Amino acid sequence: MAKTIVQEFTKGLWKEIPPFRLVLGLCPTLALTKSVENGVGMGFALTFVLVCSNILIAALRKVIPPKVRIACFIIIVATFVIIVELMMQAYTYSLYEKMGIFIPLIVVNCIPLGRAEAFAYKNGIIRSILDGLGMGIGYTLSLGSLALIRETIGTGSLVGAIPFLFSYNFTNIFGEAYQPFSFMVEAPGAFVCLGLMLCVMNMLGKK
Amino acid sequence: MRDLLLFTISCILLNNILLIQYLGNCPFLGTSKRMETATGMAMAVVFVLVLAGVMTWLTRKYILVPFNLVYLQTIVFILVIAALVQFVEMFLRKSIPVLYSGLGIYLPLITTNCAVLGVCLINVNEDYDFLQMLVSSFAYPVGFGLALILFAGVRERILLARVPKPLQDTAIGLITAGLLSLTFFAFKGMV
Repeated sequence: MAKTIVQEFTKGLWKEIPPFRLVLGLCPTLALTKSVENGVGMGFALTFVLVCSNILIAALRKVIPPKVRIACFIIIVATFVIIVELMMQAYTYSLYEKMGIFIPLIVVNCIPLGRAEAFAYKNGIIRSILDGLGMGIGYTLSLGSLALIRETIGTGSLVGAIPFLFSYNFTNIFGEAYQPFSFMVEAPGAFVCLGLMLCVMNMLGKK
Repeated sequence: MRDLLLFTISCILLNNILLIQYLGNCPFLGTSKRMETATGMAMAVVFVLVLAGVMTWLTRKYILVPFNLVYLQTIVFILVIAALVQFVEMFLRKSIPVLYSGLGIYLPLITTNCAVLGVCLINVNEDYDFLQMLVSSFAYPVGFGLALILFAGVRERILLARVPKPLQDTAIGLITAGLLSLTFFAFKGMV
């Protein structure tokens, strides 16, 4: 059942969208969706790591011996994570401060390792790039939409900037009288909100 | 002494690594379906994290800082943890087979548990001294274990309940975790 090249890309956007269909990489999903800015920033960082590590692993797949492949994957992923970390320190420092510990933790976020093991190690470079890109964009979209719900309900406004693209500033979306439902931006809200989104995804998928 | 005690409590309850700081959620959802696996995972994490905390802290202080290699911290830490886990596994299999049969299958999973790397990074980011580092490397995983075992208990009960179809499995698990997290929130303001 060979998939076409387009399908390799689009499967990450809906059919296998992380973190809903593939329940991987949950920690940043919960921790960095307090605001859209953090969520999308995390998505971008992960997309970069994922595409780069997929390229390198696909290119080296004939060289890496199967017995030590996991160790090799971890080192490759960690290298790109360090690159992202240093680049964010240089260009988007305020976002780097907000995301804090979760940038180095991309190493143990299971998505890059999972894709390396399940896909890049068995497929060519072009397909691996598309797979990484699709998964990365899917992850960015999920984090962005979760953050959109949480920030809007939890604070009543949307303020921030998408790195390198644009900034936005909507205050008092629900009017002056709205009392922010701060449960949504705290830890419990994160779990409940993600659970409900998963439920909605399941309902849509079952049709 | 009093400070350290308060620090321990805050690591276990107030800043619970799973439910308040959101680290280590993949094994949290993955191994909480049965009480036995949850207990095994919790014990393995405590065991490895104390060792990993000490090792990474020493590595940073005596290797990375003197040689100006702090920018390699992430890659060095993950390698130290991976090597340590491998070593612990071999050591246990040879010397303490009883413990190995209990913890064995959880050990390889720990390398990619973000709670382990996360606590090691918290230790160095917050500039803890040796004693504080030791306490935090012990107290955080205890908090992890506490939350995991509580959650496994709740989840075993959910198995008996009739859950609506779209909510089954992970979705209801996450909502339960949210409620559990709410109870841990009540500890805020205690210290």
